[in-house]
Amino acid sequence: MKLYNYCLIAFATLLSPAVLSSEINSGDTAWILTATALVLFMTLPGLALFYGGLVRTQNVLSVLMQCFAICCIVSVVWVIYGYSFAFTGNGPIIGGTDGLFLSSLARDASSGTLPESLFIVFQMTFAIITPALVVGAFAERMKFSAMCIFTILWVTLVYLPACHMVWGGGYLSSIGVIDFAGGLVVHATCGVGALVAAMMLGPRKGFPSGSLVPHNRPMVVMGAAMLWVGWFGFNGGSAVAADSSAAMAILVTHISAAVGALTWMIVEWIKTGKPTVVGIATGMVAGLATITPASGTVGPQGALLIGLLAGLICFYATQMIKGFFKIDDSLDVFPVHGVGGILGILMLAFVGKPNGFLGAGAAGFNPSVFEQFMIQLQGVVVICLWTLVFSWIALKITSLITNLRVSEESEYEGLDITEHNESGYSAS
Amino acid sequence: MKLITAIIKPFKLEEVRQALTELGVEGLTITEVKGFGRQKGHTELYRGAEYTIDTLPKIKIEILTNDNDATNITNVISKSANTEKIGDGKIFITNVDEVIRIRTGETGSDAI
Repeated sequence: MKLYNYCLIAFATLLSPAVLSSEINSGDTAWILTATALVLFMTLPGLALFYGGLVRTQNVLSVLMQCFAICCIVSVVWVIYGYSFAFTGNGPIIGGTDGLFLSSLARDASSGTLPESLFIVFQMTFAIITPALVVGAFAERMKFSAMCIFTILWVTLVYLPACHMVWGGGYLSSIGVIDFAGGLVVHATCGVGALVAAMMLGPRKGFPSGSLVPHNRPMVVMGAAMLWVGWFGFNGGSAVAADSSAAMAILVTHISAAVGALTWMIVEWIKTGKPTVVGIATGMVAGLATITPASGTVGPQGALLIGLLAGLICFYATQMIKGFFKIDDSLDVFPVHGVGGILGILMLAFVGKPNGFLGAGAAGFNPSVFEQFMIQLQGVVVICLWTLVFSWIALKITSLITNLRVSEESEYEGLDITEHNESGYSAS
Repeated sequence: MKLITAIIKPFKLEEVRQALTELGVEGLTITEVKGFGRQKGHTELYRGAEYTIDTLPKIKIEILTNDNDATNITNVISKSANTEKIGDGKIFITNVDEVIRIRTGETGSDAI
């Protein structure tokens, strides 16, 4: 994303020397203000409701609470050192300390054509949703206090370096990895982090044979629909401008969501005999996660293919993780977000050339398809290994401070009452 | 006096209630219940996987009656709740020692 900014700025400067990159553009500013609200809306209430509906009755509040608390914790982290480590300085892995406490932020400072304050809060919403997505892996069993500590450590050790490496001018952006809106930074990190968390915490009591089914499917559908709308800000906003790139990003995002949803529905229909509402909603999320990194470079035809493969591959990945590997990634964060994000990162090399395969409307890149694919693959390997190691470290440190899991009795009674002393649905 | 308790399929409730009203039954209590019998539970789908739910939803109807009417009532329920498929439910009849109408304090048959 940053790389594209530089290219756009360089291009604009060549064409018209009068336009300075530091000039704040009101159109761009207006759109990113809107997109910021949309991306926050994805976490609260979108993702919170999506996850809240997928867990059992006795844990609905715990999941809403976790998403809410993560939003608040990450916001504070972002102001104190998050933005600084991610977006200032030129280190290959982590940024600098110039922006600590945002102490050097001037009221009228600019970042590209936006006020810097806007760029900071826009990026903050991405930092918020990423650890919130991980909640799906340890839902219904993680201690709230452990989750708070883990969130701070995980954002610090995983999200900030990943964000700096890919978007903040670090190592991966310098070798030319394309990740428009967060296939690596958001979805691969949350997916791999989810897998590590699910394995370290162990499965929920009753997994896999028990009746661990969603308690409120209408809530799932509401949350999923909010994610769909919010994603327009996520991908469209990642153009960091109100331009044709933003518009094309929204078009391809929508196409991939629709095709991903239909593909999942049809596969499920054939395999189990019924098309389910949780299935169509999950396919939609898979389509959205997969198009995310590619939404700045592919065209509508590429989006059709990406959506199709997203629905198909994420469906079977979900069966494999729970059915074959017996890992209780409870709300399927890795197979949907991790696999989707990585799939999109790799596929954009094949359908991102304007004159290439399904390339109508694509933005293109300079290296050949194969060269770009190898660059993308390098990005996947680096981010996945980094996330694997540092998610493990984050959980290990957390476990030295407090238990990761609640007691067996608390798990049976539900986290709502045992962790928060409230219940989602009172009888009287 | 008898207490007739019938566990039936939920979709048969309206038919049973109508048949009982025609017979002259003036009151009954309905509860939504869960359980399992020879029909066992059912399966639910979640993201392509089938999960077994051990219980099925049923409706429990409770009717207080005089000894003389008990057979008529059970016959009507048996007929109106029957689908000839597994899971149609059961009827239990129990003896009742005393019945009291709270408003008036009437007891026995007068209170039914």
